[in-house]
Amino acid sequence: MQLEQIVEQAQQAIAEADSPQALDEVRVEYMGKKGRLTELLKGLGQLDPSERREAGQKINQAKQQVQSDINARKEILKAAELEAKLDAERIDVTLPGRASQVGGVHPVTQTIRRIEAFFGDLGFSVKQGPEVEDGFHNFDALNIPANHPARADHDTFYFTPSTMLRTQTSGVQIRTMEAEQPPLRIISPGRVYRNDYDQTHTPMFHQVEGLMVDKDVSFTQLKGILEDFLNHFFEESLTVRFRPSYFPFTEPSAEVDVMGKDGKWLEVLGCGMVHPNVLRAVGIDPEQYTGFAFGMGVERLTMLRYGVTDLRAFFENDLRFLKQFN
Amino acid sequence: MKFSENWLRTWVNPDISSEALSEQLSMAGLEVDGLEPVAADFHTVVVGKVVECGPHPDADKLQVTKVDVGDGELLDIVCGAPNCRKDLMVVVAKVGAVLPGDFKIKKAKLRGHPSHGMLCSFKELGLIDDHDGIIELPSDAPIGKDYRDYLGLDDLSIDIDLTPNRGDCLSIRGIAREVGVLNNIDVTEPTFETVAATLEDTRAIHLDAPNGCPRYLGRVVKNVDVKQQTPLWMSEKLRRSGIRSIDPVVDITNYVLLELGHPMHAFDLDRVQGDIHVRYANKGERLTLLDEQEVKLDDDVLVIADDKQALAMAGVYGGLDSGVTEGSQHIFLESAFFAPDAILGKARRFGLHTDASHRYERGVDPELQRQAMERATQLLVEICGGEAGPIVEAKSDEHLPKPADVTLRAARLSSVLGIDIETDRVTEILKRLGFAVQVGEGQWQVQVPTYRFDIAIEEDLIEEVARVYGYNNIQAAAPAAQLRMRPQQEALISTHRLVDAMIERGYQEAITYSFVDPKHQAALFDDSASLTLPHPISVEMSSMRLSLWPGLLNALAHNQKRQQSVLAFVETGLRFVPDEQAENGVNQQPMFAGVRSGKAFGEHWSIDDRNVDFYDVKGDVEALLKKSGVDDIRFVASEHTALHPGQSAAIYRGERCIGFIGALHPQFEKAFGLNQRAFVFELELDAINQRSIPTAQPISRFPSIRRDLAIVLDERIAAGEVLTTLKNIGVNQLIDLNLFDVYQGENLPEGKRSLALSVTLQDNEKTLEETEINGIMERLVSTLQSEFDATLRD
Repeated sequence: MQLEQIVEQAQQAIAEADSPQALDEVRVEYMGKKGRLTELLKGLGQLDPSERREAGQKINQAKQQVQSDINARKEILKAAELEAKLDAERIDVTLPGRASQVGGVHPVTQTIRRIEAFFGDLGFSVKQGPEVEDGFHNFDALNIPANHPARADHDTFYFTPSTMLRTQTSGVQIRTMEAEQPPLRIISPGRVYRNDYDQTHTPMFHQVEGLMVDKDVSFTQLKGILEDFLNHFFEESLTVRFRPSYFPFTEPSAEVDVMGKDGKWLEVLGCGMVHPNVLRAVGIDPEQYTGFAFGMGVERLTMLRYGVTDLRAFFENDLRFLKQFN
Repeated sequence: MKFSENWLRTWVNPDISSEALSEQLSMAGLEVDGLEPVAADFHTVVVGKVVECGPHPDADKLQVTKVDVGDGELLDIVCGAPNCRKDLMVVVAKVGAVLPGDFKIKKAKLRGHPSHGMLCSFKELGLIDDHDGIIELPSDAPIGKDYRDYLGLDDLSIDIDLTPNRGDCLSIRGIAREVGVLNNIDVTEPTFETVAATLEDTRAIHLDAPNGCPRYLGRVVKNVDVKQQTPLWMSEKLRRSGIRSIDPVVDITNYVLLELGHPMHAFDLDRVQGDIHVRYANKGERLTLLDEQEVKLDDDVLVIADDKQALAMAGVYGGLDSGVTEGSQHIFLESAFFAPDAILGKARRFGLHTDASHRYERGVDPELQRQAMERATQLLVEICGGEAGPIVEAKSDEHLPKPADVTLRAARLSSVLGIDIETDRVTEILKRLGFAVQVGEGQWQVQVPTYRFDIAIEEDLIEEVARVYGYNNIQAAAPAAQLRMRPQQEALISTHRLVDAMIERGYQEAITYSFVDPKHQAALFDDSASLTLPHPISVEMSSMRLSLWPGLLNALAHNQKRQQSVLAFVETGLRFVPDEQAENGVNQQPMFAGVRSGKAFGEHWSIDDRNVDFYDVKGDVEALLKKSGVDDIRFVASEHTALHPGQSAAIYRGERCIGFIGALHPQFEKAFGLNQRAFVFELELDAINQRSIPTAQPISRFPSIRRDLAIVLDERIAAGEVLTTLKNIGVNQLIDLNLFDVYQGENLPEGKRSLALSVTLQDNEKTLEETEINGIMERLVSTLQSEFDATLRD
């Protein structure tokens, strides 16, 4: 029968269509206005009315069949087309990305930031101060009178007998105590200077000093806060010892050592109870308030933390050194 | 303070090891810096006697000896030392001995003669480096005795790094006291004999400056023999304490200094003309010191003088003319108390530091002078012979320091330390320390002995108690305080955040020295005045920085020389600008600076390879300011001595110039050792670390529209001017103005360029009509025409 042949031919053409265009041509050939199946429908009128209905149904069924085949074919072709397109867009995902470079903070700054965070949590404010200091703030107010042997230990860079580069950030504590009344909790990070230059000394380095003045501040608390700090800073439980020492601005005074991995003691900071003369010099009544103070060398802590062996590397600013800390 | 452990143990001998003793001292505040054997390892070395000594038949410089080492059989030993002679007591390394440096002594033949051992020098035993010849022992040395035992060489030198407050421990006696306290045992002081006067000779002493010298003892000793040899027991103790043996008189004063902690001085009596005067120097008075340095004295320097002239700088250094020499016959011994205040700083002023000044600056027991004088006389007469006159003492009671009386309150002790120590324990500690203690109601009344001149206030006693009680026995506790919030200014942008903003853009934070090369600085800043360090580490580190640029440029050069191609550094810190109005004459201003050089990006397969330029750095600064919320910033073409005149801008915030940006002037590249262009910026930190707190504005619900404008104008007209002018003509609907293209060249007249601007308009109340939009655009165009003579591009 003619209809079946047409459908067969159409199906073959559909299967052979290899692009949406070719498929559309097939559609037009069979289903278009002058398509072969359309023509068959048009020819129904010539049939006997009794056959017309049945024949019409068959032709319509055939049309539906062909349309559905076209649709199915279309999906396949679309998928293939997409696949081809995607394949054409394939890239080498292992090539390096176009990231902009990222720098990093200096390891000394990194240590200062960590120290600020530990003490900041306990309500210590960060205070800064001048680096060119006068004798009052760098020495006198700290209970270090002129000609005191402790002054000679400082290798001070003097500009004039009364002005100098600060040898410690303690001047900041004095300035803070002059300006504010207890309770006080501050830390003062910054650059300090000593006239000394060799493997283990640079003429400039960094210190963080801390001060707490309040009612009932005691030596036990000083031990507590510093032991806590050292354990948290190094993120391990260290053996810590407090060894009696002498600083003119604290009494009792101590140096703090931690036990190194080699079993040797390493001095990491100095501390003590604020000397009554220091409190008096800034108008705080030592009978009413007591305080503790501590000072630590930032480079020293940084070297221990990250295994840096040459102090001078901190100020050469060699990128190959600095980038290790990024 | 370095000393021999065995010497200390003759005073006080706790039953603990050397290591434990050293740990104990450190933990009491007398930090032990070193613990070293006083002699290197050697063994099988004994005392011997040269019984026969004759020339070697076949060698000029060798001698053939027979030596008795107490074995019953004499040893044949060939010796090359010139001082080898018959009957000499010597040190013999027997066959089988091992000397320092793993030097083994074996049977040998020297030029045909058997040699069964070696006669040793100090150097061969590793004791002293510079000794000629073999060791000569006293004639009573026991033959056959092991030399280590004979000299007591199984001893350690302990080196203590004493803090300035513990001048009382600068002697064996002082350290012995501490060890006694720490171990709760008694110290046995050797008994010192006094020397009765056998002469009547004296010199009168005048205390002309009793505040500086309230006590002075003098004594004449006549007919001494300075050529005598210092006995071995004394020179060994000195050696183990780090002091070289010089001559018996110097050695004796040094010995007393170490033993008792009291400096002494000996004058050649014949060079002292008339009386002794302890006075301040006359201004400009000259004195030649023992090191032959002639110094000009000020009138605050205490001197020992005779009737004619200054003889010595009191408590610091002797004078050359009055010093004891080999030929001296009669001696004048001095034992004086000088007040620390009179001595402090004097040695340093003349570049000196002596064992005497070290002690007098820290303090000496004001009651010790007589004992020291007796001890020194006794040793002098014993070693050098001679006859002593009576001790003459001059003193001024009112100027002598008084023993301190200090009250220690139990409540204060507890509140400072944070622990309660039993009353009895405190009393015991104080008494052990040699203090006279009266226990009262809740307090101790303490009288401090004269040798603890560092104790003056209650805190000093608290420290003593804590120290002896043991810092490690004081527990740790958490600090307690009231919880109070701290202000957090939202408008304040932390420096950390600013630095981080640059780091995200590839900058590495640098830390450079605050002192720079004055030549660099003078070049960059046109000889602007800067602060200079009078005594710098080096000239290149002598000028306080006026900017962070010199340091950053050095960092750049350092890395360029090490093949680094992408370079970007940021630094924050103070600059130091002389300013008479400012505190201490210098304005110390925090700055924020950066530098870039080399490639804009690391070499990359898909990014154009190019060098960094002005706009890269400007973009970094713009991003920094935008990120931190700082607005109202303008870049104005401007010249700066350090910068390329055509590639530099001043940065303004409002009307205030807050910094500069630009290419480093190429003429400075060589001076810094740079091999590529460098771009720098520097901003005043306090101008960029404050922002305004945002006030929210309603967002327009109406559409925005964009129109583009291409204009042609003179190339010298700054684009920034054009943008600012348009923004400021008062068109409220203008919400964005963006310059998206700059063109110059073909199709444009010489000296002209074209700018392409996108204009974004939006109204808060309505959708803008075409006629309104055109009206605004016409306004913009006519402003451009009138202000800049700009024309629309065809």
